[in-house]
Amino acid sequence: MKIVIVGCGKIGTAMLANLVSEGHEIVAIDNEPAIISEITNIYDIIGVCGSGTDSDVLTEAGVGDAELFVSVTDSDELNMLSCFLAKKMGAKHTIARIRNPEYNDKSLSFMRQHLELASSINPEKLAAHELFNLLKLPGAMNIERFSRGNYEMIELKLKADSPMLGTTLWELRKKFKQKFLVCVVRRGEDVYIPDGHFVLEAGDKIGVTATVQEGEKLFRALGLMKKQSKNVMIIGATRTSFYLTQRLVSMGANVTVIDRELKRCEEFSELLTGANVIQGDIASREVLLEEGLRSMDAFVALTGKDEENILLSIYAQSQKVPQVITKINQNELAQLAETLGLDTIISPCKIISDQISGYARALHNSIGSEMETLYTIMDDKAEALEFIVHEDFGHLDIPLKQLSIKPGILIAGIIRGRKTIVPTGDDVILDGDHVIIIATGKRINTLQEIFK
Amino acid sequence: MNRSLILYFTGKLMHIEALLLLPPLIVSAIYRENCFFSILTTIGIAFFLGHFIMWAAKPKDKTIYAREGFIMVALSWLTFSAMGALPFVISGEIPNYIDAFFETVSGFTTTGASILTDIEAMSHGLLFWRSFTHWVGGMGILVFIVALLPGISDRSIHILKAEMPGPIMGKLVPRLKDTAKILYLIYLGLTVIEIVLLLLGDMNLFESIVHTFGTAGTGGFGIKADSIASYSPYSQWVITVFMLIFGLNFNVYYFILCKRFREAGKITEAWVFLGIVAVSTAIITVNTLSMYSGFGESLRYGAFQVATIISTTGYATTNFDLWPSLSKSILLVLMFMGSCANSTAGGLKISRVIILFKSIKAELHKMIHPRSVTSVKYEGKTLDDGTLNGVRNYFALYMIIFFTTFLVISFEPFSMETNFTAVVACFNNIGPGFAGVGPTSNFADYSSFSKVILSFAMLFGRLEIYPMLLAFAPATWKNTKTKIIR
Repeated sequence: MKIVIVGCGKIGTAMLANLVSEGHEIVAIDNEPAIISEITNIYDIIGVCGSGTDSDVLTEAGVGDAELFVSVTDSDELNMLSCFLAKKMGAKHTIARIRNPEYNDKSLSFMRQHLELASSINPEKLAAHELFNLLKLPGAMNIERFSRGNYEMIELKLKADSPMLGTTLWELRKKFKQKFLVCVVRRGEDVYIPDGHFVLEAGDKIGVTATVQEGEKLFRALGLMKKQSKNVMIIGATRTSFYLTQRLVSMGANVTVIDRELKRCEEFSELLTGANVIQGDIASREVLLEEGLRSMDAFVALTGKDEENILLSIYAQSQKVPQVITKINQNELAQLAETLGLDTIISPCKIISDQISGYARALHNSIGSEMETLYTIMDDKAEALEFIVHEDFGHLDIPLKQLSIKPGILIAGIIRGRKTIVPTGDDVILDGDHVIIIATGKRINTLQEIFK
Repeated sequence: MNRSLILYFTGKLMHIEALLLLPPLIVSAIYRENCFFSILTTIGIAFFLGHFIMWAAKPKDKTIYAREGFIMVALSWLTFSAMGALPFVISGEIPNYIDAFFETVSGFTTTGASILTDIEAMSHGLLFWRSFTHWVGGMGILVFIVALLPGISDRSIHILKAEMPGPIMGKLVPRLKDTAKILYLIYLGLTVIEIVLLLLGDMNLFESIVHTFGTAGTGGFGIKADSIASYSPYSQWVITVFMLIFGLNFNVYYFILCKRFREAGKITEAWVFLGIVAVSTAIITVNTLSMYSGFGESLRYGAFQVATIISTTGYATTNFDLWPSLSKSILLVLMFMGSCANSTAGGLKISRVIILFKSIKAELHKMIHPRSVTSVKYEGKTLDDGTLNGVRNYFALYMIIFFTTFLVISFEPFSMETNFTAVVACFNNIGPGFAGVGPTSNFADYSSFSKVILSFAMLFGRLEIYPMLLAFAPATWKNTKTKIIR
């Protein structure tokens, strides 16, 4: 599929890398010649140097026959305008990054409709959303929600004292009496889809699917469920921290936001009341301790620099803050941070590029089913996908045990109306169901592909 | 420096060459010639040696960085030539290996310079192989591999950059593989059209195919002592037109095929190329009017010779060495200039010449108005300093290599004109020069040492200097990160 991307900053490049590896034809537009020459050296794409709002540049990029047009420059207005032009020039679907809080209220749907945008993305808001979920469930490394919001996939690392160790998954399910499914395990470099005889070991990273309530119960049973984070310290008065603070404050949490720059702090406190905004050197131990780092329930590092976030998080961990979340955009640094003991890492770039690849894959083919969401999990070694089943799907109403599913693939959940089913061999797939699939190693475009 | 990857790739290339030797094998089987066995032996050697190398070198990391890209390109051309020379030696038709190597390098680099004194005595199979190397070398060996082989690294852009001629590497479509495929399809399509048109004239199938290969790759190996001269005016005109077609920027054909005529018309280089051809032909036609019987003949000879030289093909229909000085001088200038970027031709390339002129103009303007801010535009786009410096450096390097080669071979007991144009003809991948290496003579009299030097000059010219230069620079082979000229 032909995809045009405008703006090759952090988000643009992460998206582009992901889409190239998915096998799409990419044309990238950026007005910085150095960036264009850099990315065309690394990725198999065409780079066009110029502005995304220049119709000559758009023509040169071949927008007319593009299936998907994504504009992710720094400026919301530029993104909207270039998407509008691209749509008029014949691009089938357009997606703009719109992140200014002013636009992200009621006016958003109005603008989306009139600019004929297929979708708009707000990385900061999405990141804040994910952060909020993580803060609600301390102990989880990562939480991915599926479309109706009540079913989730929780990633966690098993410590040596975890009660989940030493028994087979069969017995485990009986022991805990909760409805959950251990659907994917990462041990060392390998990723497994475990069966009932699988025994978990300390150090395994596991993915569990369950409803939100069952997930909470499970965490309680595991002894991981501590009280919800009441006192949160956020470093960096960025857009992400704005959205996060907004939600935390409305929940009644005490939030301390620290930033170096006075101007950003002032803007932040003007927009939000209820948060404790501190201007000070974030690298200074004194400032952090004075603001009560040791008595915090959670520490979130959200500055613009990955390296700074890593260092701050390590310091917070050494001060025994129970939950430490680190924002890291670069994949390599995220892996490094994990070896340093930082488990809970959030990457806005990854969230967005997952979303766009999911969108592109959904456009690809939708016979029998339609892709709703796509998450890459277990450090990009597996994928969690959600499909909506249509009436022309070939395997309706057949018990799962009679279907032969390819190895490395698992049906991890079926959402039917308000009911959520943790599937067993006797369950069936019906028209209108949302089916959640875990796939390792393979790239799945349609639900049909999971069968032999 | 990923040596095992480079080795592995070389092994793979030998397999490809074994495959490419199949068509000449079939031709020699049809004509029931003895060279069948020499080709078969070469295929066997290439296959097993390639297999052994691939087995011995198992690369862990398959990423091609710039350094690996350059070395791979240089090495693969050397490997291809070294291997491709074997059938000539084994069959005994060119007993000396150095002669055979010269002939094969001349084939793959689409030069067309020959050491054969009696072409008509060669077997059909080997004549076919000789011309087939033109066709393969014209578009590029590695472009072919990138287009066909699955699982080539995403970063193979470095390979293409090193192999494709021209100052700016532009892709037609986002995926490299698709771009390579489109280029090859255009190439193949044009080749088929020319074969059919030549068949309609006085050539048989074998002659049409062989001469088409020579034209398509802008190579110039013929199968007769007098090149194309003995064929009918119709055949000569067809070849004239196709030499120009293959000398044009291939993007033109892509745009025409996509019905994007306006973009096709915007390619400055193509217009300048056609303009130069028209003016040179006109002057030469008038200048040589007294030598031939009438305007028509003079125009035919003039146009053919201009086309063959500017497209760096090297066929000939008349002994242009006997022409008046003015015509010869024009041809000499055209020899340096060459054709368009993204074509199969050699030489400096018109686009570089245009950019050089524009950059000189900007520089002069700056001398008179020291504070002026200028930008050099080419095909509607401002060129960044990197590209401009690249073009200027290339020109300097081109001159240095040219004169070094000229000095090195000047110990030969030939006239200065002979030696000078021998280097011009080899370095720009043309074939014939003037005087002792003119269209009726050949390179047989040069010593083995000079033949090796000239072979390398051809490779330097075809790969546009950098890959070969970097492959022989010790700094490239060091494992430590040494800065390389970029």
